[in-house]
Amino acid sequence: MPHTPEGIVARPGELVVLVGTMKGAFLFRLESGSERSGGQSGNGGATGWSMDGPHFPGEEVYAMAADQRSGRVTFWAAPGNPFFGTTLRRSDDGGATWSSGEERPVAFPEGSELSLKRIWQIHPGLEERPHEMWLGVEPSCLFRSTDGGDSWAPVLGFMEHEHRPRWTPGAGGLCLHTILQDPEKPERMGVAFSTGGFYRTDDGGTTWHPSTRGVRAEFLPDKHPEFGQCVHKVVHHPQRPERLYLQNHWGLYRSDDWGGQWQDIANGVPSDFGFAMAVHPGDPDTAYIVPLEADTFRCTPEARMRVYRTRDAGGSWHPLTQGLPQEDAYETVLRDALDTAEGSEEDQACVVFGTRSGKIFASSNDGDSWEMIQDGLPPVVCVKAARIR
Amino acid sequence: MILPAQLREHTAGVGTLELGSASSLRDALQALKQQHPFVHLRILTETGHLRPHVNLFVDGEDIRFGNGLDTPLLPGSEILVIPAVSGG
Repeated sequence: MPHTPEGIVARPGELVVLVGTMKGAFLFRLESGSERSGGQSGNGGATGWSMDGPHFPGEEVYAMAADQRSGRVTFWAAPGNPFFGTTLRRSDDGGATWSSGEERPVAFPEGSELSLKRIWQIHPGLEERPHEMWLGVEPSCLFRSTDGGDSWAPVLGFMEHEHRPRWTPGAGGLCLHTILQDPEKPERMGVAFSTGGFYRTDDGGTTWHPSTRGVRAEFLPDKHPEFGQCVHKVVHHPQRPERLYLQNHWGLYRSDDWGGQWQDIANGVPSDFGFAMAVHPGDPDTAYIVPLEADTFRCTPEARMRVYRTRDAGGSWHPLTQGLPQEDAYETVLRDALDTAEGSEEDQACVVFGTRSGKIFASSNDGDSWEMIQDGLPPVVCVKAARIR
Repeated sequence: MILPAQLREHTAGVGTLELGSASSLRDALQALKQQHPFVHLRILTETGHLRPHVNLFVDGEDIRFGNGLDTPLLPGSEILVIPAVSGG
């Protein structure tokens, strides 16, 4: 029988990691003072880490979030029951209890001819707008809440976009998985979805235009269409919101003008195919990816588990391997299964990722060294790391 | 209508619902929507289609092999909601 989850109580300064899998969610906590000790404990767990779960056992959890705005810690999760559909749940007590699925319904309006299949992204939004939240869902759409997540409505300018009939699902479904917002200009946002590309609004969501000039679509006769690219992930840093990094279905790109133009930055990577991407919390020029060999073989190249890091905005990428398996590691890291959080040391990042084989790896020093903090989970589809304030 | 255990948390634990004198399954589901809109949304999608992994039986007959949502109901007809055998 699974353990009965009790939730976690994390103190200010501690690290929490929310992990969504195809069979439930798990909450990890790293005790204060453990981050420099390193090493493995005797029971297979990593030093200082504790795990709580499974939450929502048997349900797929593709989206989670920790929201610390408004001075409290709220966990969000979107468990998908394989029979009865997806719901949005909230916990204000570290996962000890979760709200009922019917309290915050997420549904398309009647007459839209759309029905919710899955929630792919829970995006708490900007600090100065604590009541605003966003969801990315399948079929591709953006939902907005203005009351802290209690009620939701689709962004009509996106839902009714004239391109919608020509958006087609990738292998994971027609999923909107990336939501970015400009903290200096909140009416500017970007969303990415597979397939469709990267779309931007400059008027708060009324109009959206594809912004993937320069991004390839290897699977189409026209390799540079206006839209239709299979974008796997886009990230940016709030201190430099106009600079975007994009992991494509074949292709690694950067834009310095909010997606107006993209340039290839696949410099020194074993493959430019992959899903996951994250940016350093303290440095807009530092980003992380996990290359995969090919779309026909979505495993780490040469059976080596390597995270690649750039410190010069994609000018060069370097493998991070210390503590990661370098033999017979046929691993896959999916689009939302890599995340970063502020480290305990100034300017150092915690980097965490999970694999389809159910392993969780974490680094407390920018990715220079890693330890496996858990093995044997169901396939990991979502990892969210947060430093408790 | 007899609900599976997974949906009873949304009906305060009640497993059997009386849905009035509907003459068709579609009408009965409309009555369900009035009584328990969230349960309705767990059985049908927003577009009004039966969720792919949910089965409905009217008086023991799987509606997918009959008249679907237009299946007629008789006084006292029983609608059974059962999650399909699927997944992995």
